[in-house]
Amino acid sequence: MRTVTIYENHSLYRDNFKVQGYVFGTGKKAVCIIGNMRGNEYQQLYCCSQLVKRLKQLESEDKLIPGYEILVIPSANPYSINIEKRFWPIDNTDINRMFPGYVKGETTQRIAGGIFEKIQEYECGIQFASNYMPGEFMPHINIMKTGFEDVQLAKKFGMPYVVVRNTRPYDTTTLNYNWQIWNTKAFSLYTTSTAQINHESAQRGVESVLTFLGQCDYIRYSRKERFLSQIIDDQDMISVRAPEAGLFEPLVHVEQEVHKGMILAKILNPVDGEEIAQVYAPSEGIVFFMHNEPLTYGHTAVLKMIPV
Amino acid sequence: MIKTVASVSLPVLEKLEIRKNRIESGTDQKKKRISIVTGIHGDELEGQYVCYELSRRLQEHMECLNGIVDIYPAMNPLGIDSITRGIPAFDLDMNRVFPGNEDGSMTEYVAAKIVEDLAGSDLCIDIHASNIFLTEIPQVRINELHTKTLVPFAEKLNVDLIWIHGSSTVLESTLAYSLNSRNTPTLVVEMGVGMRITKSYCTQLVNGIFSVMKDMNMWSGPTESVCTPMIARGEDAVCFLNAPIAGIFISQAKHGDFLQDGDPIGMIVDPLKGIILERLKAPTAGILFTIREYPVVDEGSLIARILKRTGRKDENGNDI
Repeated sequence: MRTVTIYENHSLYRDNFKVQGYVFGTGKKAVCIIGNMRGNEYQQLYCCSQLVKRLKQLESEDKLIPGYEILVIPSANPYSINIEKRFWPIDNTDINRMFPGYVKGETTQRIAGGIFEKIQEYECGIQFASNYMPGEFMPHINIMKTGFEDVQLAKKFGMPYVVVRNTRPYDTTTLNYNWQIWNTKAFSLYTTSTAQINHESAQRGVESVLTFLGQCDYIRYSRKERFLSQIIDDQDMISVRAPEAGLFEPLVHVEQEVHKGMILAKILNPVDGEEIAQVYAPSEGIVFFMHNEPLTYGHTAVLKMIPV
Repeated sequence: MIKTVASVSLPVLEKLEIRKNRIESGTDQKKKRISIVTGIHGDELEGQYVCYELSRRLQEHMECLNGIVDIYPAMNPLGIDSITRGIPAFDLDMNRVFPGNEDGSMTEYVAAKIVEDLAGSDLCIDIHASNIFLTEIPQVRINELHTKTLVPFAEKLNVDLIWIHGSSTVLESTLAYSLNSRNTPTLVVEMGVGMRITKSYCTQLVNGIFSVMKDMNMWSGPTESVCTPMIARGEDAVCFLNAPIAGIFISQAKHGDFLQDGDPIGMIVDPLKGIILERLKAPTAGILFTIREYPVVDEGSLIARILKRTGRKDENGNDI
């Protein structure tokens, strides 16, 4: 393993801002894996740290296939994660809304540009991603439809689901979108959590990346248990909304199979504790996303289900 | 008349309400309507004074109004109340969720109701105030896709600058883009600085709004003469100056200044060592229309924007 500096700049009063990468193998730029880009992505950082540990082990066991380079960047934003702030410390901008970046532009444009310059030539790009909606996800691979997406390749992660979704205007400045536009096959890998470390789902995320690397013949690795991935269009997901605002009491969990009419959650009056609404399953399905905050707003998606 | 445009219950004993004040007068069957919108970003307050002053003057001379003026002072009330640029709790930029979705999340629902209410206005003016980092001279920003429709309105609005910028996919989520694409002409005004009210700029814009209303035959009262704006077309017309190093920025120029190539703009200093890290000079001659307000800068922080020399002359006969 070699440690490389992907991007660095100076600060007035803080230590330098450093984005470091860990390189395994030499040769064709095969896969780049990136962890936290936001300051609350502890799970994403943790997943990458575990991946580095596993790859070091595999390297010591001579299980890297010669001729390929694998780059892992556990943290693309140490400044934010060190102060527990989601976005950039001074101006609150989101590095993952600045790609492909601009090295002569504003601070986060420069960071995005500096990082992208170093990671755009990889064959495949994997981002441990998070969503703005607070909640738990079923681990899955997510791909934007750009016209360059490679859905079949995504099956090599061995995750139970590969979700493809339409690109929205504000997606066009994300890393995943720009990777695709610049000829890197890009995948967003979601594990269960973001701001809390979930060891079990992190382990599944790391295993799926290693499975992908093994299936692509970049490393010698085979996993006994892997799923035949099902491809789901995001538009086919069933979104279940909270009918009222109030205290949110979930009654099911992510990955649970539910039947039509089942009560999935209750909404409680926050001052007298009375039940004011129930959230029902509109059909049979599997819970894919589950809101996990104590309160919910009205009109808000609190569950997403995969129809069965 | 105060009307509620969107209403959503919050979890604990509170409703989120987006409200507007409809000021209406005249006998026309089909009255013209102008909508004044502000507060999409909760830390931008310049529009607050504009709304107040516009409403005050209208109510003093209702006999001069022939049409409908809808004033929406707080698109993001939770943000304004908590000094938060985006929508609190969601950490979302409200100007990236338009046109919204009535069946979507709370934020998408509110955005959809706002667009529904504004659509059909004969003119909409969306007032922004830069952010807490930069001060701007009063200006209208126009997406090049909508130049033909919007420039004639903007020229009457009494702003110092019209900046026609390139189109960008990411901007398709803004209120202005959503309305313009629905054939509701919408101007985006940027002026002043975040978290503050610059009364002179606000008054300048209010005068401009009355001038536009007069031009639309909605206002028969007296109006002030409006200034002729400079026009910047495309990114090449504007020079950006970014901080080459992190430090504390000390300004030596004011926005609106006419600068020659090499004139001082400011310096970046290191208070710990007591040294100047960088002297910043104008990289080109032109008008300084954006200047850094917030002193702490990272490498790359925007310091200034200069409208390059235009070939015109200022009031003293100098080339600008």
